[in-house]
Amino acid sequence: MDRGEIKDKERTKDKEEVKDREKILEVKHLKKYFKQSGKSVLKAVDDVSFDVYKGETVGIVGESGCGKTTCARTCIGMYPATSGEVIYKGKDISKLRGAEKRSFTKEVQIIFQDPYSSLDPKMRVGDIICEGLRAHKMCKSKEEYNKRAVELLEMVGLNPEHANRYVHEFSGGQRQRIGIARALAVEPDFVVCDEPISALDVSIQAQIVNLLSKLKREKELTFMFIAHDLSMVKYVSDRIIVMYLGTIAEITDSKSLYSDPKHPYTKALLSAIPIPDPKVEKERERIKLQGELPSPTDPPKGCRFINRCKFAKEICAREMPQLREVEKGHSVACHLYDEQI
Amino acid sequence: MKKLLEVKNLRVSFHSYSGEVEAVRGVSFHVNEGESVAIVGESGCGKSVTARTVMGLTQCPPGEIKEGSEIIFDGRDITKFSEKEWQRYRGGDCAIIFQDALAALNPTLTVGHQIEEKLKLHGIKDKKEAYSETVRLLTAVGIPNPEKRYKAYPHEFSGGMRQRIMIAIAIACNPGLLIADEPTTALDVTIQADIIDLIKELVKEHNTAVIMITHDLGVVADMAERIIVMYAGKVVEEGSSEDIFYKTKHPYTRALLNSVPRLDLDEEKELEFIEGAPPDMTDPPKGCAFAGRCPYCMEICTKEEPPCYEFNEGHTAHCWKYHEYAEGLFGEVEE
Repeated sequence: MDRGEIKDKERTKDKEEVKDREKILEVKHLKKYFKQSGKSVLKAVDDVSFDVYKGETVGIVGESGCGKTTCARTCIGMYPATSGEVIYKGKDISKLRGAEKRSFTKEVQIIFQDPYSSLDPKMRVGDIICEGLRAHKMCKSKEEYNKRAVELLEMVGLNPEHANRYVHEFSGGQRQRIGIARALAVEPDFVVCDEPISALDVSIQAQIVNLLSKLKREKELTFMFIAHDLSMVKYVSDRIIVMYLGTIAEITDSKSLYSDPKHPYTKALLSAIPIPDPKVEKERERIKLQGELPSPTDPPKGCRFINRCKFAKEICAREMPQLREVEKGHSVACHLYDEQI
Repeated sequence: MKKLLEVKNLRVSFHSYSGEVEAVRGVSFHVNEGESVAIVGESGCGKSVTARTVMGLTQCPPGEIKEGSEIIFDGRDITKFSEKEWQRYRGGDCAIIFQDALAALNPTLTVGHQIEEKLKLHGIKDKKEAYSETVRLLTAVGIPNPEKRYKAYPHEFSGGMRQRIMIAIAIACNPGLLIADEPTTALDVTIQADIIDLIKELVKEHNTAVIMITHDLGVVADMAERIIVMYAGKVVEEGSSEDIFYKTKHPYTRALLNSVPRLDLDEEKELEFIEGAPPDMTDPPKGCAFAGRCPYCMEICTKEEPPCYEFNEGHTAHCWKYHEYAEGLFGEVEE
């Protein structure tokens, strides 16, 4: 089946679901602060609200230090939120206890960025993959666990014999496949991919991305895909969240992000991404950002982007712009769009 | 145009516990005066080793520059340099920008000191002159408040600023050749664009030749006049930027170009990817190194090394596909 056909199928499916697109995750005014030495507080995520619908891929992009990883980790309960709510399938994750908590940890999984440090070097690959299964007692016998491990290895394109090997015997791309197998072992519904391809070579990146999208289709997963490589995020995501210094600058579907960016930061970010085509590249004009990224311990009052924005007005220094929908499915947090609403 | 650097049949090996790793296996290329050349390839293809050997930074042992390798810079074979000649050449005639600026800079010295150190080694003895030259360099690479920042330590700078300091050190003695070894890989895209612009600007101003090493074809699309694509220690394709992007010949180059999604296009098709992984360089395969992953692989590819075919002025590829016997076998692949 080629991608075109799949898209068509998805589209008809979308139509059926359009009436009640089920929200799998609702994030409301989420804040995550880290205390630092002295009295300073690092505001990694500062008042972020968004929804994730069932079956979609949401991409989060932004420069390093913008809070995208912290945001995702807080969403799946790896960090307790400082304030605000994360609602997963209608339930606040901070209030989950007992059996509910267990089923939440089973349904939500993460694939980490660094395939070198996120896998235990002392464990055999088969044990790494089955660790989650064992924790949730998902199989009955030893044979069943082994069988499952083999299935999972085959699913991600590795050989069954690999189950008895150790992690150091594998290349970066293979390790990332092991990480994917581990995350998908417990049959999750919602998977966070935290820069799953950044540490890999270009040709291997495409392998992993294709594998992820294949698994997503087969298992009807919901993905949150974090990366700083905007071209890749655009390719895999249905909707994209652009973050800047702990806040959301823009949320839009992936097509209109490139064709019609609204926020000045998004525009600058897009123009900085090199395009592998000399003719196109020569004609593009780059929007240069002035100044440097402010420190998240002492972010500017008002709009976070104010010191680097050439359209900054007086109101931008006073008030923090709120995320507002300017077109259907396209929200932006910028005072420039105040009049349009 | 005069050839500034000519590398002929360079072969570099490293001796490790698991045997001899043949990192570079017969690489030849040249760089003209004032020209920008990019070496592109994935990790482990030998691009950094090539560049470091040109700079004289390959440690021997464990490294070994094989007999028959020639690196000619400005008419002199640098593999036969004495220690004194090396000192003049390294940093004076030829300078390098490393990927990881934090690891490359000395954390215990102020950045001003580190720039001055180089100036003093290469001629400027007067203290005042060295200071004013350092401040000029800091200004040239776009460090705000250069007089104040002169006294700052590397950890007090952000990643992009540190890379600017590296560039200041590299250009300090007006080198004829600048090697940039993945200078922007660790940086964010917006900062990457700034750094690339800065390098372009400085190079143009002083007519410096550049060897830009990268794994990202996008980064060099606009900057490089010529591109050399390397795979498993060998050059697989070489040509002008236009040749490489629009008249791609080697299957590996094509795969490399097609495996990254384009930001400016709405693609519906699945990403092309290269099956498998690069070969183990302790035991490089016979014949073409890419044969095991190549969709066009023929019997001969696994047996004999492909010859070099020239398509037009300066555009060459090493691939059996272009042998006269293979003509018409695969049809002409899209232009």
